[in-house]
Amino acid sequence: MEIPKTFLGYKREDGRSGTRNHVIILPVDDISNACAEAVANNIKGTIALPHSYGRLQFGADLELHFRTMIGTGRNPNVAAVIVIGIEPKWTKRIVDAIAVTGKPVEGFSIEGVGDIDTIAKVSKKAQEFSIWASEKQREERPISDLWISVKCGESDTTSGLASNPTVGNLMDKLEPLGVHLCFGETSELTGAETVCEKRGKTPEAQEKFKKTWNAYNDFILKEATDDLSESQPTAGNIAGGLTTIEEKAFGNFQKIGSRQFIDVLEPAEEPTKGPGLYFMDTSSAAAECVTLQAAGGFNIHLFPTGQGNIIGNPIEPVIKLTANPLTAKTMSEHIDVDVSKILSREMNLDQAGDELIKATIRVANGRLTCAEALGHKEFVMTKLYRSA
Amino acid sequence: MANTDIIIHDEKDNVGVVVIEKITPSQDCNCWVMENDKSVQIQSKDEIPLGHKIAMIDLKEGDTILKYGHDIGKVVKSIKKGEHVHVHNVKTKKW
Repeated sequence: MEIPKTFLGYKREDGRSGTRNHVIILPVDDISNACAEAVANNIKGTIALPHSYGRLQFGADLELHFRTMIGTGRNPNVAAVIVIGIEPKWTKRIVDAIAVTGKPVEGFSIEGVGDIDTIAKVSKKAQEFSIWASEKQREERPISDLWISVKCGESDTTSGLASNPTVGNLMDKLEPLGVHLCFGETSELTGAETVCEKRGKTPEAQEKFKKTWNAYNDFILKEATDDLSESQPTAGNIAGGLTTIEEKAFGNFQKIGSRQFIDVLEPAEEPTKGPGLYFMDTSSAAAECVTLQAAGGFNIHLFPTGQGNIIGNPIEPVIKLTANPLTAKTMSEHIDVDVSKILSREMNLDQAGDELIKATIRVANGRLTCAEALGHKEFVMTKLYRSA
Repeated sequence: MANTDIIIHDEKDNVGVVVIEKITPSQDCNCWVMENDKSVQIQSKDEIPLGHKIAMIDLKEGDTILKYGHDIGKVVKSIKKGEHVHVHNVKTKKW
C-alpha cells in the first residue's frame, strides 16, 4: 500500500498539527472542577477536564501535576485554553507555559470572587474562544505531524498474537516517514525488561531505560503485598488465557515492531530529540497512561485490546483494535478496527498494518472514534505519592 | 489450507495458543508455527478455550515455559502434552 503523505489537520501557531480542535476548560485543582464544569455547560463547543488533585502536592509529584496540566493545554489537538484555579499563582504558572505555543489561553482564579461571578466572567471568554475556534479549518498537513502513542489494555493472548503486532507493523511502516511514536507501561514490561533495554538505540537510551525500570521495580518490591500477583496479570488477562506477567510483557512488547527507542521520557514529558520512537515512564493503568502521553504532545492513540477495554481520552482520539473474534462481536461498538481474521489466517500482519494505517488517517482527518462517539473522556492524573 | 486451531509464535516454544472458540478433549488440532510457517499436529487432552495455551510436549515441575521464544514462567505441576497450561500449573518467576 502506498501510504498517504498528508492528512487533514488543524495547523497550530507553533507549527504543529492537531487532529482535533478542542477548546478546553482546565481546572488547576479539584475544588475548581465545579466552576470549570459550569462554564463548559454554559458554552457549547468547550469541554471541562475535571480531575481529583492539585492541592498540597510537593516535590516531584507537584512537578508532574504541572507538567500534565501544561502539556494538556499545549497539545495541538487543543485550539484554546481557559485555566481556572483557586488562587492566581499556580494558575499563572500554567497559563504562561501554555502561552509559549502562541495559542489563545487565559487564566482565572476564584479566591476573593466566588464561583458565580467567576463562572460569568469565564463564560464570556470561553464563548469568545469557542466561536473563534469554530472558524478553524482543516488543511493538508504532512503525515510526519502525526504523533502516535500506543498502549494496550485488557490484553489476552490474542493481543500478543495479532493486535499488538499489527501496531508494531504500523510503527515499522510509519517511523521511516518521520512520525513521532511513544510507548509506555513500565510495569507491564516486567519480565521483558532486559530484552526491551536492548532496543535502546544508544547506550544512553539503554541506560536510562534500565534506571527507570529499576526505580519502578524497587518501589514495587518495597510496597508489594500479596495482591500484586492478583492485579498483574489482571483477572481479565487471566480469563483471556494470559498466565504470567512475563507472558503479558512479551505480548505487550510486540507493539513496537522492530523499532528502537531513541530516548526515555519522564511521565508527561514532551519529546525533544525529533522524530522516532520514545519510551515514556508511565503506569499501565489505561487512562493514566493515555493522559500522560497526551500531555507529552501526542495527537492520536492506538489501543489494542483483547478482552475489551473501553477507555477514551478528552483530547487525544483513542482508536481501538482487537484480534479477539468474540470481543469484536460482543463489544463491536467499542472496536474501530477488527483484525481477528489474522487468527484464522484470512488476513496477514502486513494487511492488518495497512488497515490500521488507513483507519488512523481517517481518524486523524476527523472521523470520530468509537470511544469519542460513546462519550469516553477519561482524564486521570498520575499521583506519585500522598499530598502534604 | 486446513483450518488453524492453534498458533505457535516461535519454533522454540513449548506451548501454543488456541485460536478457535474452544478445542475439545481428544480433538486432532492443526497448529501453525508463525516464525517458520510450518504446520504441526497435536491431539488435545483437555477442553481449552480461545486464547488459552496447550502444552506441545510433556513438561515437568521446574521446567521453563517458552513463548515468543522467551521465558514466561515455570511449571509448578507436571503437564502432559496436549493439556491446558495456565495459572493452575504455571507461575511467574518474578514474585
